[in-house]
Amino acid sequence: MAMNKIRGAFTVPRKGETFELRAGLVSQYAYERKESIQKTIMAMTLGKDVSALFPDVLKNIATADLEQKKLVYLYLMNYAKSHPDLCILAVNTFVQDSEDPNPLIRALAIRTMGCIRVDKMVDYMEEPLRKTLRDESPYVRKTAAICVAKLFDLNPAMALENGFLEMLQEMIGDPNPMVVANSVTALQEIQHTAPETQALQINSNTLRKMLMALNECTEWGRVTILTTLAEYKTSDVKESEHICERVAPQFQHVNSGVVLAAVKAVFLHMKNVNPELAKTYLKKMAPPLVTLVSSAPEVQYVALRNIDLLLQKQPDILNKELRVFFCKYNDPQYVKFQKLEIMVRIANDRNVDQLLAELKEYALEVDMDFVRRAVKAIGQVAIKIESASERCVNTLLDLINTKVNYVVQEAIVVIKDIFRKYPGYEGIIPTLCQCIDELDEPNARAALIWIVGEYAEKISNAGDILGGFVDGFNEEFSSTQLQILTAVVKLFLKRPEKAQGLVQRVLQAATAENDNPDVRDRAYIYWRLLSNTSDSNATKNIPPEQFVGHGRFGADAVMRAAIEEQIQNARENPLAAAAAAAAGGAPPSGQPQSNVENLLDIDFDGGAPASAQTEPSGGMSGLEGLAGTPMRVASPAAGAPPQASNNLDDLLGVFGDSGAAQPSSGSGSADLMNGFSGLDLSGNAGSSQNNQSKKSNDDIMSLF
Amino acid sequence: MLSGILIFNQKGENLIFRAFRSDCRPRLADIFRIQVISNPHVRSPILTLGSTTFSHVKHENIYLVAVTKSNANAALVFEFLYRLIMLGKSYFGKLDEEAVKNNFVLIYELLDEILDFGYPQNTETDTLKMYITTEGVKSAIANNPTDSSKITQQATGALSWRRSDVKYRKNEAFVDVIEDVNLLMSATGNILRADVNGQIVMRAYLSGTPECKFGLNDRLLLDPAQASDTTPGRATNNNAGGKSKARRAAAGSVTLEDCQFHQCVKLGRFDTDRIISFVPPDGEFELMRYRATENVNLPFKVRPIVREIGTTKVEYSVAIRANYDSKLFATNVVLRIPTPLNTAKMTERTSQGRAKYEPEQNNIVWKIARFSGQSEYVLNAEAILTTMTHQKAWSRPPLSLSFSLLMFTSSGLLVRYLKVFEKSNYSSVKWVRYMTRAGSYEIRF
Repeated sequence: MAMNKIRGAFTVPRKGETFELRAGLVSQYAYERKESIQKTIMAMTLGKDVSALFPDVLKNIATADLEQKKLVYLYLMNYAKSHPDLCILAVNTFVQDSEDPNPLIRALAIRTMGCIRVDKMVDYMEEPLRKTLRDESPYVRKTAAICVAKLFDLNPAMALENGFLEMLQEMIGDPNPMVVANSVTALQEIQHTAPETQALQINSNTLRKMLMALNECTEWGRVTILTTLAEYKTSDVKESEHICERVAPQFQHVNSGVVLAAVKAVFLHMKNVNPELAKTYLKKMAPPLVTLVSSAPEVQYVALRNIDLLLQKQPDILNKELRVFFCKYNDPQYVKFQKLEIMVRIANDRNVDQLLAELKEYALEVDMDFVRRAVKAIGQVAIKIESASERCVNTLLDLINTKVNYVVQEAIVVIKDIFRKYPGYEGIIPTLCQCIDELDEPNARAALIWIVGEYAEKISNAGDILGGFVDGFNEEFSSTQLQILTAVVKLFLKRPEKAQGLVQRVLQAATAENDNPDVRDRAYIYWRLLSNTSDSNATKNIPPEQFVGHGRFGADAVMRAAIEEQIQNARENPLAAAAAAAAGGAPPSGQPQSNVENLLDIDFDGGAPASAQTEPSGGMSGLEGLAGTPMRVASPAAGAPPQASNNLDDLLGVFGDSGAAQPSSGSGSADLMNGFSGLDLSGNAGSSQNNQSKKSNDDIMSLF
Repeated sequence: MLSGILIFNQKGENLIFRAFRSDCRPRLADIFRIQVISNPHVRSPILTLGSTTFSHVKHENIYLVAVTKSNANAALVFEFLYRLIMLGKSYFGKLDEEAVKNNFVLIYELLDEILDFGYPQNTETDTLKMYITTEGVKSAIANNPTDSSKITQQATGALSWRRSDVKYRKNEAFVDVIEDVNLLMSATGNILRADVNGQIVMRAYLSGTPECKFGLNDRLLLDPAQASDTTPGRATNNNAGGKSKARRAAAGSVTLEDCQFHQCVKLGRFDTDRIISFVPPDGEFELMRYRATENVNLPFKVRPIVREIGTTKVEYSVAIRANYDSKLFATNVVLRIPTPLNTAKMTERTSQGRAKYEPEQNNIVWKIARFSGQSEYVLNAEAILTTMTHQKAWSRPPLSLSFSLLMFTSSGLLVRYLKVFEKSNYSSVKWVRYMTRAGSYEIRF
């Protein structure tokens, strides 16, 4: 019956409910009062404001019934803030309770006092707290220890003045392990909020006491102590060894919180002990970590995240345990994703076959996100383990043959990345080109276009393929558009006779009909570069070593030199420098006049020197990966050699010149194509250059 | 540490809101409801928004949420939530919306006791039950100062899990060794993964404060020479190690990959000399968990042959064979065989047990109530498929098997002894029982 009444309170409040409650609270019958308190608490939980009942609830505080007392205290904790003045009425009861013969009541009083966050209450806390900290019952002491942390949170000055911190520090030596744990907890909390108090200073004495308590206190207390130990900076190797030795048995605890805290402590102190011993501990921590992977999903997730971190520091602690991380069919998605990441991390020459078979299995499942991640993982494995790249590519080809749309798309994106690192797999290009019609995602399309452009000289119908994309140029996403543009230009450079018309069309489409600034800018720069070099043989003799991102002097060096020169110039003759900068940006004679007004030129005139002086790093970082930024790199360089401004026919010349300004300039001959792809390389980290491929491999790796 | 504990029902109504710190504002309940309960794309049990982290566990039809504002130990947070569920179960039978609504006062009382300022305190069920009681039982003991000082002694003592005044006329201890065997077999019949998760559950009805010693046929204990396993220098002769491993398996010892023990086990002693020694709690508890990966005996071998004939028919022929001794028998053997999503009609024949097609699960469920050792049964089935407008490959989820098998351990683990030492030196009776169950027993095809 009482149940029903309680449950009734969860329904919509009736009119005058507060009134009824109040009537109950002042009833002459004890059971009615208690029931009303319960209802009040219920209403409070539901978010109703029952603070108006404060005085009436408070009347019930003096009771022998422990349960009722707890309820009133709960109410007090919630609403003390709204009636700070009335709280004073409760103080007396609290102080009395803190001297009650029953330790449960003493503890309850001191616990609740700390939770009533009202200044008046704090003023009266000092005496009871001091008494309870020295209570004979460990239960009261451990509660009082936490209460010091509460007090410090409310009024740090008072906690310090009354020497509560010192009392806590003494309590680390308490005979009861739980009191020790709670004292450490409280001190740790104070130390974190106010490091200047130096609340938790560990010396060999306290260390010994904590290690003693570690084996006896509750699991939660162990976590606290282990965390403290992990943060402690040991003074010598002996101490570190001692800590590791005492903490390692905790790996066997059933509570995963304890296990992870112990792993953390040992892991941090391990680096001080001798390597042989450290290896032993690494071996010891592997099995418990693996065990965590078969626990409940939430803990599994936490464990996996931690394992991921540990592997970054110690990549080989789990390399024999690959199978443990195989996904179960009904694992939650978040666990599966994390397992995939870890599997890639522990992949090596020996287990790669097994891993690939497993990843292939995942790629055939139905969960689309998971499948994508699995396919991506295959690519990551290929890039991580060179010897396995061929097997990875074969696996990906198998997946492409399944013709499942999203698998194919993801596989193509991944293959592109593999091509960037290992250029030698042209053989599979025909297979890739067959699925051209199935690709509908921009990045998959872009990936395929990149492949076609990169290997244009080896694909006989590259022109037709790209032609198809150019026809629908304006319907594509801008990321795909950028790729089309670059690919067509690459094709043109490799086979000028075939792609003349195509390149015209795509440049036209990208500049005249497109309103995306990135696409337009890139189209303009290509147009400019092409229109000035296609009819002049002058630049054909520039050796490839002089181009940006090529040879001994990378783009960074070139740009730095250019900036320096610019600054130097500006210092010597500001006017001339400005003029030169303007002249450097002026269109060459061959360029159509209409281009003078376009965006590109504006950029060249004003923006370039400014950006060169203030923010050179912007341009440099752009070099590393973004295909859209070669222009930015070009801008500062354009204004760089002012003395040559009038001699400059074209931008390529600029690069050549600034390159030549460096002490070394190898002379030799290479055709324009080589030179151009040298420039292109700075954007795409392309792999057509042999001597460059090593470096760009690293780039790709870092991208991952 | 924990700033608050919240409990929601499935609709997102806040059933319990207990703030332990001033930074846990009531508004956080709304944030959780919007961000997690009404958001279908929740990716992880942990959600961090700004400085607030919500860690949640779903149990029955409620969400249990822990709010933290600091960089707390995430594993501890979840362990605590699990413990809360366990406590709820032992207090109310089960912890669901109904139980929470009916016992909210008790839940507040419990939370108040097991968390102080957001730090978990004593969470031992037995101890808590002494002074936090369900309605009806008057908390008379707790109101009596002398008794309650005893309670507090226990709540904080080194033996917080055991009362000192336990008395039984007949001293008995039951040990159950329960193993979950996990298998993942590839379509080609290779074993990708086979391991055993075991637990040893003990029911101790022993008087006084007995000290127990427990022995298994653990390899490291039986063969002390191999105890150097954990010390460096072993990696030098891997080959020799492999050989001696096989020999030892024949000799009847088991390699435990990892063990985890109940709070009561003295971990230090186990670490130094592999002796499991403890003072047991009264009644039932999980003494240890272990994991074994070597020489796993698989009780069942399943050989599925599944042929897709054209796009309209799938033929199944699944054979299952019991590998254990013919004197033993497994019960409740259930094999779930996935069928394509567009199955229209199913015919199945079995040599033993009963098979039924369950369209809602896309499974054929083959049940064999009693499966004697060394026997083999076959199921033949045929699925007729409807044609679909767009042809999508069937993803072929794995077959899964469940069973329970008494007096058999997959790892080969045996209890060698259980010794009880007590001051009064009474004699005690011990019982041991073994059982193997299927954990995740999956066979791909």
